Formats: sequence, structure tokens, C-alpha cells
Amino acid sequence: MNVAVAVDDEVRYEARTSASEAGPAAKRVVVGYGFWIFLLSDIIMFAAIFAAYAVLSHATAGGPGGAQLFNQRSVAIETACLLASSYTCGLMSIAIDSRRYAATYLFALVTFVLGAAFLALELREFAGMIAIGAGPQRSAFLSAFFTLVGCHGMHVTAGLVWLAVMMAQVAIKGFHATVERRLLCFSLFWHALDIVWVWLFTVVYLMGVLS
Amino acid sequence: MNLLGRLDWSAIPFDQPIIMGASGGVVLVIVAVLSWVTLKGYVPYLWREWITSVDHKRIGIMYIILALIMLLRGFADAIMMRAQQAVAAGGAQGYLPPEHFDQIFSAHGTIMIFFMAMPFVIGMMNFVVPLQLGVRDMAFPTLNSVALGLTASGILLINISLAVGEFAKTGWVAYPPLSELQYSPGVGVDYYLWSLQISGVGTLMTGINFVATILKTRAPGMSYMRMPVFCWTSLAANLLIVAAFPVLTATLAMLLLDRYLGFHFFTTDGQGNAMMYVNLFWVWGHPEVYILVLPAFGIFSEVVSTFSGKPLFGYRSMVAATMSICVLSFFVWLHHFFTMGAGANVNGFFGVMTMIIAVPTGVKVFNWLFTMYGGRIRFTVPILWSIGFMVTFVIGGMTGVLMAVPPADFQLHNSLFLIAHFHNVIIGGTVFGLMAGYNYWFPKAFGFKLDERWGRVSFWCWLIGFYVAFMPLYALGLMGMTRRMQHYDVASWQPWLVVAAIGAVIILVGIVSQVIQLVVSIRNREQLKVTADPWNGRTLEWATASPPPAWNFAVLPQVRDLDALWNRKQRERTAQSMKDRKFESIDIPKNSATGFITAFFAVVTGFAMIWHIWWMAGAGVIGIFLTMLAFAFRDEEEIEIPADQIARFEQVHQAEIAV
Repeated sequence: MNVAVAVDDEVRYEARTSASEAGPAAKRVVVGYGFWIFLLSDIIMFAAIFAAYAVLSHATAGGPGGAQLFNQRSVAIETACLLASSYTCGLMSIAIDSRRYAATYLFALVTFVLGAAFLALELREFAGMIAIGAGPQRSAFLSAFFTLVGCHGMHVTAGLVWLAVMMAQVAIKGFHATVERRLLCFSLFWHALDIVWVWLFTVVYLMGVLS
Repeated sequence: MNLLGRLDWSAIPFDQPIIMGASGGVVLVIVAVLSWVTLKGYVPYLWREWITSVDHKRIGIMYIILALIMLLRGFADAIMMRAQQAVAAGGAQGYLPPEHFDQIFSAHGTIMIFFMAMPFVIGMMNFVVPLQLGVRDMAFPTLNSVALGLTASGILLINISLAVGEFAKTGWVAYPPLSELQYSPGVGVDYYLWSLQISGVGTLMTGINFVATILKTRAPGMSYMRMPVFCWTSLAANLLIVAAFPVLTATLAMLLLDRYLGFHFFTTDGQGNAMMYVNLFWVWGHPEVYILVLPAFGIFSEVVSTFSGKPLFGYRSMVAATMSICVLSFFVWLHHFFTMGAGANVNGFFGVMTMIIAVPTGVKVFNWLFTMYGGRIRFTVPILWSIGFMVTFVIGGMTGVLMAVPPADFQLHNSLFLIAHFHNVIIGGTVFGLMAGYNYWFPKAFGFKLDERWGRVSFWCWLIGFYVAFMPLYALGLMGMTRRMQHYDVASWQPWLVVAAIGAVIILVGIVSQVIQLVVSIRNREQLKVTADPWNGRTLEWATASPPPAWNFAVLPQVRDLDALWNRKQRERTAQSMKDRKFESIDIPKNSATGFITAFFAVVTGFAMIWHIWWMAGAGVIGIFLTMLAFAFRDEEEIEIPADQIARFEQVHQAEIAV
């Protein structure tokens, strides 16, 4: 947005008291801020599903509960993959800041592979549960479990697609201002998924195994 | 496998003359309008200037056009229900069979809330907020266009249900287990769910867009406490959208999973929990009430202050009241179902919270009254709506406080008393506010005023019609009549329902007057022509031409205080500074077909999901993805408007723009 301000002699003597009077923010700030608001709304959606899971966590309808189903080792590896991918995503952001193409591609690739590994493990867990008759149709508890974990998984999938598209954009358009803003949003998104996963890990897997 | 899923010729109810007549009429009107537009050669103009426009003013106007059309549709449902209940007493069955009557009350509620009130409010905010903030557009113009497209998609889907298949027979809240596959095997609930999901995504985009716009892009010098009240109430409403709509999305998604994949969130088997739906629904639903009414409060604030010729009384308390309503609205949801049996303590808490929320609302009413007190009030159409609102809304608010008492609510729950109450606040609050805003900002949008005389006729018909239509429902509720009755045996109810039907007819006259008002005004537009500031306004939208140019302001206004324009007019010193102003070229966002194409694929996907046409749903999703991809790879985002074009515009409008 073009910020041309009326030249008004009185204004010059008025000291700007706060940032709230500074006029429209730079595009990068507006985009980042807007994306933050989106992330908050996304987290509220997760909160609603978390609430549903909490309500239904004991509604097993005579079927298996969390303690029987969850494989802690697999979940630990999943968690490690996701947290490590957040670290490499951070490294990617640094590479973008210093305009290094090779490092950007490399860390994007590592992030992608770690995210894909997380997804593969999650899908294996789902397939295993469905194979022993513990699919989402079995009980309200399992419906909530598959929805909550699956919703996070779908976010990760969307993130992977997004990352691939962004790398194509970097390759075609270079570090254009638009591309950079989108990469900023991507890294915000990727870190937010970590936050959701930490909650998910605690509420679903740790508390599920304890009860 | 059938290539068309569940869709076949039996989906179209050829044996129902009322439905076929109505949908045939709708199709005829659409075909007539489309062929008129095509024959007159307006298509390129519409495509270039409206459909692909990302200008917040155009988008706002399109939202309001959609809302007005849906007002007609929703009102047609209303008057059918009133007619049915006026005649279906004793042994009589009326003219609507139960399964049709059930669809009508469900469609009425869904359309009026989601597809009339919401687009109207959002359209109003879209048009006004960036102008009041003194900026050139929303934070994310193309996203704005996509949001409009998705809202239109939801509207299209819900109207397709009139002719193809059926609509939900569950009421607009679609409580399970009734809305589960077991009890509603048809496509009605699916139409409900998909049209709300698709338009809900659009609404969320709008919410994010407005929060970012209001908090991050304001004219230089406009600190928070210099923002017009309408911007404040819009901010509150959009914070509520961001915080509440994701809950609705999650809840409806759970119901979709139950219906499509056999999950057990709300089912009677598998230990599902139907009351959880009711809780989650109202965690969204109560804030939604304030999403609708807070912007209306903002409109009244602007209107009352302008036409009283005084600054708003208690600006700071108005802001504080708005923001406390914003927060409190998340602590009252359980009052929609005290009868769930959560126990005395829980019900007591939510009862008290509900009464507390009446306090900031009362603050607002007193602020408006004190603003008018001692002012030189000009009795124009917008202020008539505002005064009508103050009386009507206070009555509705008090019946609400009455129902906040849990023991009273046990008697009144789901009775016509409740129906009377929420129509009392939604019509008296939101609809009156939107009508005030429509009359107030119309000259800004089109450069000519709406006809005063027909405006008054319309207002008085609406006001009187409202009381005649809804006061009997309070009495009926106390007499024990429950909502959604296709027929009833108690003969003593009938006179009240006949009166209510007469009230609906009076409102109909009001709506017809509004249509006449619009037609008359367009015909007499030369006489009704206005300059930038027809009402002697106080805020920045009146500081630019009517209608404003694409760039809104040639130079961003410098704000020094609240009521920026008013105070500048008082200083009377800007006329000179106009002469030697220099203009720079302005970049404005480029038109984009992204919104339209996304909407097209969203309709395809929604329709395919409703009818289980899986290949088509997949194609629709891929279409949306490719559209986004194409948008992401476009080269130009903005076009430049050269300085001399701006200078020419400013010269032409110099006399008109006071400052």
C-alpha cells in the first residue's frame, strides 16, 4: 500500500506518541499478523476437538481404550521427527534471510522428509488400529481419537504440500518479497503444528496410557 | 457404482405443486436476469467491475445485494409459516404437510441467520470500515473476494435444495440425534452442513481480514481511542468471528463424520454424546448473536451522533461496553439449554452471567439517549430506525433477562415466548440497525440519497408490523404453545396466531415499500444527488467523494482526534491547503478472478459431497487447489493509478469534497 501522507504544517510539531498512530503497517507486518490471527483461529478449532476428545475419552463402548492401543515407542519417534523438523525449518528461515539458495533447498528437503516420516508413522499406527478392529467406527472414544490426531495429520499434509509449492516458487521467482512473506507464514504454521502436537502428545498419549 | 451417487430424477419433487411453483419461479427469474444482462452486453462490465473486483466497496455492496435477496427468500418462508399456523387449528391441517413445514422453518432460520444477517453485517463492515479508518483497502483484498465467493456458494447450495432434493427438517440448529443419519437419512441435513461449512470458511476469512485491517492499517494518527465506534464494534464482532467460527466448523465436521463415515460423536450408539453437540453449537451460537448485533450497535452510534449534531456521549464507556460484551459472550452459552439438567450451580452461574451481560448493553442504551439529549435532532430515516430500535431492543432485552432465570426458563424453553424474544432482539437490534445503516451509507455508495417518504413508510410498516406479529407470540408462549408446530388442537391460540399473521403482512408491506423506495430513488437520482458529505457527518468516510474513487483517498488523511472529519470542518482551514497539494501515483490491488473460480469449485465440491458423487468432489477440490496455485504464481499484484488521473479526479470533486 502506498502511504502518502498529507503534508500538514501542524503535524510536524506533533510528536508521534505511539506506534498506534504511525499509519498503515508495512505489508510484511500485516501479512504476518494476519497469519497469526489465522493460527489462533486454527488453534481454537483444535481446542473444540480437544474438548470433544476429553468428553469422550472414556466412552469406549466396551472397546479398547488408550492404554491397550497406544505404542509409546512409535509415538516417541513421531514426536522426535516433528520436533526435529521444526528445528530444520528454523534453519531454513535463517538460510532464506541470508539469501542462500542451496541451504534453503537442503533444509526444506530435510524438513519435508521428517514431516513425511512423521506422517508415515502416524498412518502405520492408524492402519494397525483399524486392522485389529479399533477403527473410528468402534466407539465414541476412537471417533474422537482419529478425528483429533487425523486433523493434526491433515495439517501436516497440507504443510508438506505448501512447502513443496514454496520451493517451486523459490526456484521460479527467487526470493521475491511475496515469496519471502509466504515462507514466513509457512514457518509460523509449521511451528504452530508443533505446539498442537505437544498438547496432543500430552493429552492423548501420555494421559491415555496413564489412565 | 452409480456415476451420479444418490442423485436421480426422484430428487426433484414433481408431485409438490408449492415447491415446484416456487423453484420454477426462481429459475425463471434467474434465467430472465441472466439473459437480460447478456443481451444488453453487460457481462464484460460485470466481470471487470464487479465479479473480479477486489475493491472493498464493491465487495461490500455485493454482500448486501445477496443479503437483500436472501431477506426476500427468508421472509417468504416466514409468511408461509404464519399463514399455516393461522389456519391449522383444531382438526385442520393447513396447506403445508408436516415434512414441508419442517423444511420451511429450518430454512427460514438458517437463511435469516447465515445468509441474510451475516452477509448484510459483513457487507456493511466491508463498505464502511476501510473508509472510516482512512485507508485504501482491506489488509487482504483478494482474500476478501474469495470470502464473498464462498458465502455466495453457501447461498447457492441452500437454494438448490429447494428444487433438487430437500432441506433439513431439523430446525436451524440441527441437533443430533435427529440430525444423525439414522433419523435423517435424506440429503436435507447434508445441504445444511455443506452450505454452512463452505460459507463458514468464508466468514472466518472475513474475520481474519478485518482484525488485521483494523489493528494494523489505520490512517496516520488514528490511535485506538480515535477510531470511530463502528470500527470498534466491527473489531469486536470480528474477534468473535475468529474465536467462535472455528468451533462451529469443528462441530459440523464432527456431525459430517458421523453421517458420512459412521463415527460416533453424537450418535445414540457407540457411547456418543448428543448433548456435546448442543454445548459446542452454542459455544459458537451465543457469540454469533453478538457478531450480528455489535456492528448494529456501531451503526446506531454513528447515526445517533450524526443526526443529533453532537459527539457520542461516553465514547470511552461505549468502547469498554463493546469489549466487555465481546468477552462476556463466551460465558453464557449454557442459557440456551438450562433444561439439559446440568444442576443448580451450573445453571445459576450461567444465569448470573447472562444477567451481567445486560449491564454493558444498558450502558450503551443510556449513551445513545444522552447523545440525543440536548441535541438538534434531524428526524431522517436512519434516526427513525435508531429510535425504533431503542424502544424495541430494550423490550427484547428485558424478556431475555427474564429467561436468564433458570426456573422461569424451564417453563419458557422452546416455547413461542423464546421465539418472540429472539426475534425481538434480532429484528429490533440487527435488522433495524442494518436498515439504518443502509439508509445512512447509501448516498456514500452511490452518490444519491434514498427517497425519504418511502423510507418512512417502510420504517413504520416494519415497526408496527413487528409488534403486531411478535407480541402475540409472547402471550402464546405463556399459554404453553411450543415452537415449530405444524398444527395444534387448542382453539384459543388461533386468534393470536391470526393477529401474528396480520403482523407479518404489515411487515411485507414494509419490505415492498423498501423495494419501491429503491426503484423511486434510482429513477429520481438526479434530484437526490449528493456531494461528499450529505448528512454533515463526523467520520472520515464523508471526507471523500460519493461514490469514492477506487483509491478512496488521494492522500491518506492525517487524524488528530476523534470525529476526525467534524473537527477538521470546525477548523475550516483546509480549503486553502487543497490548492497546492501534490499527488503521487497510487498502487491499488489488481482484479482477480480467484474468488469467483474458487466459489465455482466450492459449489461443485459441496453439491458432489451432498449427493455422494465422489469423483466430482475430488475434481472440485483439485480445482480449488489449482486456483490457489495459479493465484500464488501470478506476477503482478497491483496496478498503478497515475498521479495525473488522481489530480484530475480531485479537481472535478474539489468543490464537492469539503476538506
